[in-house]
Amino acid sequence: MKPRWFWFSGLAFVGLGVMGFVLPRWTVFLLSLALARGLAALSVALLMRAGLVSFGQSLFFATGAYVAAFTVRLFGIREATVLLVGAVVVSMALAALAGLWIARYREIFFAMLSLAFTMILYGWLLKAYWITGGTDGLRIPPPTVLGVTWSVDALRTVLYEVTLACTAVALVLIHLFLESPLGYAVRAVRDNEVRLEYLGSSVWQVIYWTYILAAGLAGLGGVLTALNVGHVDPQLAYWTTAGEFVFITLLGGTESVLAPLIGAVVFEFLRTYALKYAPYTWQMALGGMMLLLIFFMPRGLWTLRHLRFRKALS
Amino acid sequence: MTVVLETKSLVRRFGQVVAADGLSVQVREGEQVGIVGPNGAGKTTFLNLVTGYIRPERGTIQFMGRDITGLHPRAIARLGIARTFQIPQLYPNLTVLENMLLAWAAREGRIMDPWWPLRRTAWVEPAMDLLARFGLAEDADWPTYTLPEGKRKLLDVALALALGPRLLLMDEPTSGVSVREKFPLMDTLMETLIPAGVTVLFVEHDMDVVLRYARRVLVFQGGRVVADGDPQAVLTEVPAVPMTGS
Repeated sequence: MKPRWFWFSGLAFVGLGVMGFVLPRWTVFLLSLALARGLAALSVALLMRAGLVSFGQSLFFATGAYVAAFTVRLFGIREATVLLVGAVVVSMALAALAGLWIARYREIFFAMLSLAFTMILYGWLLKAYWITGGTDGLRIPPPTVLGVTWSVDALRTVLYEVTLACTAVALVLIHLFLESPLGYAVRAVRDNEVRLEYLGSSVWQVIYWTYILAAGLAGLGGVLTALNVGHVDPQLAYWTTAGEFVFITLLGGTESVLAPLIGAVVFEFLRTYALKYAPYTWQMALGGMMLLLIFFMPRGLWTLRHLRFRKALS
Repeated sequence: MTVVLETKSLVRRFGQVVAADGLSVQVREGEQVGIVGPNGAGKTTFLNLVTGYIRPERGTIQFMGRDITGLHPRAIARLGIARTFQIPQLYPNLTVLENMLLAWAAREGRIMDPWWPLRRTAWVEPAMDLLARFGLAEDADWPTYTLPEGKRKLLDVALALALGPRLLLMDEPTSGVSVREKFPLMDTLMETLIPAGVTVLFVEHDMDVVLRYARRVLVFQGGRVVADGDPQAVLTEVPAVPMTGS
């Protein structure tokens, strides 16, 4: 990221932080959900850099959410920081297991295998209702944040600020990762696996560690969604949720760590308004949006940043 | 002189085609060996066997006295054998410098480093030096897909050389390069490789290139070495063997 974009992003996050105290509660809630989904979309974008399309990031999104719910129910722990760390660690551990197998596959096989994994979790969440609550899901009571029990009114803003802080930290870490040798190796995998192997590097390892990192991001998104909504259900693991993450990634683009986040915010508000004004055809509105995007901005909304320069040149 | 590479009775078939039929080759340190022969003679198969891309059915491969038969290409690369390809194997969407820096990270064993930047001064300077030696310094910030074929060939070799290999295998380094660019390209390669003490083995169809740059030539036919020795002598002694694929 160029310094100009670094400062722009920093200011944008400070601005978003201030808006948490100013905007109406419903908008703050929507922004919280958008940021959390943006993290899951970023995990899809990370894998796309290696040329891999995952239709299964909802596996880790749901894992993160349910880990929080189980931790509250089984251990009575309501502290948000503990729930966040626990969810990310368990999501990454699950990816470390699944990745042993899935990191061997590419293209449609990777996509379908990732889809299969998330549908297995969905099936289990649905059937093991005595543990998971089945289709009703589980309720998560209001968490404490840094040991403080907040009032219902304040908690909405506090959770938004926590979501924003987690997102900012995740973006910085992912940006550093993408600038590192391993981050470049991820792009090299998409370009030419043969050359990477002949440099003495393991393509499998590159994909494996990226898969684990992506799972951590999706898990973080999942637990933040669960804390903001206060409820988890099997829909979080369903393939349509994973499809939404892919949609958001395509909407925003994959060229920058900020792009999926922008895509998530646009998606969340687009869906909300589409539901409001076209409750029976809102999917059609989203489909239309995707068609327009494919025709006019195949690299996502992130390409809009060039507009200023085009205007200046014309 | 130390034997760098020694293969003994290598056998490899692809269906009915015998690509390696008891190949035994010995290459000594600092040699520049040209491999010639008609299409299907087993030249590229030999490079693929040595670099671990395919495994022999029988026979052994030793590098610096160590048995490397059946090892994975990345394990062989780490031991000090690098290769270039008939079609340059680059990262087209990365810049020339980024291609080089990834090779440098691999050389330092730091490619799995997830935090510290790839563009670090300690790597950029030597990478730029190497690019300058190949006349690619001005292209450092261009994506690799924009390069002409001759420069892509040079970058392919530069990537292999960045690993600091003891043995470099080149598969048709001048194929796809214009007649005018062939000799300057080979001059650049040899002027960089020979002083660095790198042992070179190259497959080539152009006999002028072989005569000018090889100190020893191996003639392959039907998966066997049918002649081995001084290029001038061998290429005149074995007229019955078609040396080129066309």
